[in-house]
Amino acid sequence: MTGKLSLDFTKVARARASARAIAGDVQAFVDRYTTVAVERTLCRLVGIDGVDAGQVPLPNVLVDEVKERGRLADGLLYLLGNAMIETRFSPQQLAEQVAIDTIDITAFPDHSPEAVAEAIEPFVDAGITRIRANRQRREQLIARLGEGVRPYLYVIVATGNIYEDVVQAQASARQGADIIAVIRTTGQSLLDYVPYGATTEGFGGTYATQENFRIMRRALDDAGEEVGRYIRLCNYCSGLCMPEIAAMGALERLDVMLNDALYGILFRDINMQRTLIDQYFSRTLNGFAGVIINTGEDNYLTTADAFDEAHTVLASDLINEQLALLAGLPETQMGLGHAFEIDPDMENGFLYELAQAQMTREIFPHAPLKYMPPTKFMTGNIFRGHIQNALFNAVAIWTGQGIQLLGMLTEAVHTPFMADRYLSIENAKYIFRNLRNIGDEVEFRADGIICRRAQQVLDNALSLLENVAHEGLFAALEKGIFAGVKRSKTGGKGLAGVAEKSARYTNPFIARMKND
Amino acid sequence: MSSGLYSTTAKDFDQTLDLTCIKPYGDTMNDGKVQLSFTLPVPCGDEATEAARQLMRKMGFDNPQVVFYKALADGYTFFNCYGSSVHTVDYTQIRVPKVESATWSMAETDEYIRREIGRKVVIVGASTGTDAHTVGIDAIMNMKGYAGHYGLERYDMITAINMGSQVPNEEFIQRAIAEKADALLISQTVTQKDVHVTNLVELVEMLEAEGLRSRVILVCGGPRISHELAKELGYDAGFGMNTYADDVASFVVQELKRRISND
Repeated sequence: MTGKLSLDFTKVARARASARAIAGDVQAFVDRYTTVAVERTLCRLVGIDGVDAGQVPLPNVLVDEVKERGRLADGLLYLLGNAMIETRFSPQQLAEQVAIDTIDITAFPDHSPEAVAEAIEPFVDAGITRIRANRQRREQLIARLGEGVRPYLYVIVATGNIYEDVVQAQASARQGADIIAVIRTTGQSLLDYVPYGATTEGFGGTYATQENFRIMRRALDDAGEEVGRYIRLCNYCSGLCMPEIAAMGALERLDVMLNDALYGILFRDINMQRTLIDQYFSRTLNGFAGVIINTGEDNYLTTADAFDEAHTVLASDLINEQLALLAGLPETQMGLGHAFEIDPDMENGFLYELAQAQMTREIFPHAPLKYMPPTKFMTGNIFRGHIQNALFNAVAIWTGQGIQLLGMLTEAVHTPFMADRYLSIENAKYIFRNLRNIGDEVEFRADGIICRRAQQVLDNALSLLENVAHEGLFAALEKGIFAGVKRSKTGGKGLAGVAEKSARYTNPFIARMKND
Repeated sequence: MSSGLYSTTAKDFDQTLDLTCIKPYGDTMNDGKVQLSFTLPVPCGDEATEAARQLMRKMGFDNPQVVFYKALADGYTFFNCYGSSVHTVDYTQIRVPKVESATWSMAETDEYIRREIGRKVVIVGASTGTDAHTVGIDAIMNMKGYAGHYGLERYDMITAINMGSQVPNEEFIQRAIAEKADALLISQTVTQKDVHVTNLVELVEMLEAEGLRSRVILVCGGPRISHELAKELGYDAGFGMNTYADDVASFVVQELKRRISND
């Protein structure tokens, strides 16, 4: 590997080895547990959908019932399969019966693991087949329509009303956006269920529901046909329903998903055990579904200093990479995150941003890196903000980023207006067009500011990872090494939803998806 | 998104589009959102931002918000603001006069002149009065044209005479007579205190005094010219932003043909 920064790739290899050790340690823990979210995900994958008379989603009805009866450790697929042998009902029929209290799926006599596996298998097959078909459909559409040139232009819509979001999303696609993310309503990450149906009321965003996914997917497919370019749909599988939303996204052909346990731990105070277990299955799903995940390292720099703490971003990217590989998610689907957040008053700030972006590019050569715009130093001075975004766009095209989350001149003022999105797309297109091949043309001085900065960040990341490998990720999070936020292993939300798997427990999806 | 500032304002207004009372659109129908920036001649401080908000209320904005302010100099404060317009416009009652000719390509126009007029069309153009800018008249007349639209000099069947800038109206008229011009093009690019209007009106009055007005097709153009304004001032057509040589040439030859047929 040769690069422009004279990075020492033996150090990169050492850093990666430490990250692999950290991820392996986490995985050894994760493999022994399940969560209510993982179990609800399995319900959805075998076709359970809908709500009961009180609008409670059937996966919640079923999993809550099983948990109350102390049988979560056996897992829903075992209990459903076992009940199917006795009743000849489908998983959906069983869920409907449980919802009206006519069946207790934990009360049947135990059948052999082989018999249970055989009973549930057709429904596992159906889930796998539907997701595989979605992945193939995406590949066909991209082959026929084509797609945007990288960096993909990524914009958000956030009106709260899925139908208004459609108007904004289609307008953005016509203006040149390649990825539309529908921001979730404030607080959805802390709900331990996924709301049902189309929604028109949300604050600062729109509920992630399977019906909303369907509505937006259809709208973007239409827009894609119109503009002759496949338009990717992005949502957020983070928070307490991480794997469930991954499943819904896989079932409805979403293309990009925010997916980062560390983000939930640090910024939403979700329990670290719960969310790392959830993350594993969600990444397996995303990997199989061909979904590009986005990790949330950019957020570290909104609380910690972007210059002093740049190495924590690289360290986290390396850990996220290894966790993703363990879940069967290929490098080409890893939208590892970083951000343009150095204080605009810092002299040579642009050079440092360039160094960090180029370094990230060289260390993760196959990943469609997700590059986040300035947010921390956006002030409401929309004119300066527009220029900050221009510098951000210049770094992106120069260093070959994969996904450009477009900065809005009105960041820190309001969720984007239609016109804000237009201006940001125009800004990016102008700069990308004019600087398209600058990265091929310009080299950096071996002893210059840029190379030395990148080497320094790598050195710091390496020593951080070696420390974390020594202590373990859980201990590191308790000490507050990422984003300056400390979290306890047993604190935060959602720990009550974790259960150690029993000998009966089965989840055939993991092996099927990872070996596909 | 990573920064925490979300719009959490209730959206309890009617969100159906009604073309009889349209409002600005931010991200929701009828939210009325407008972005403003201006400077007030007062020192930066709480009184300044309150003055900005009061001014916005008088301008017709609900929920005026100052999102950024900065002292520019002693006694001057710059603002970026948002507000929701209370005013509406009845879109269904709007009538804007437009140039009604079809726009043709250069080849189509040349062919039309050969077939229907049978001789070269003479067009004299200038940036008249005090205006020193030739960018407008050059965009229409020069061989090279502008933004991929060739200028009138490139047309086989048009004799295009570009007199340049700061041409007095008297001189312009003399040249028009000498060349037996079919059409006159007047460009007004940058003007101050509406001097372009005075200048354009003066030309019409002089042409009428000479008895020439009905014998030429009179066209003006420039970024602040609309067809409606041109008609008000006594011109046959006005060409504003985003119009090119082919729009002008098409209009002139179609109007010329109409006049020849009516003679």
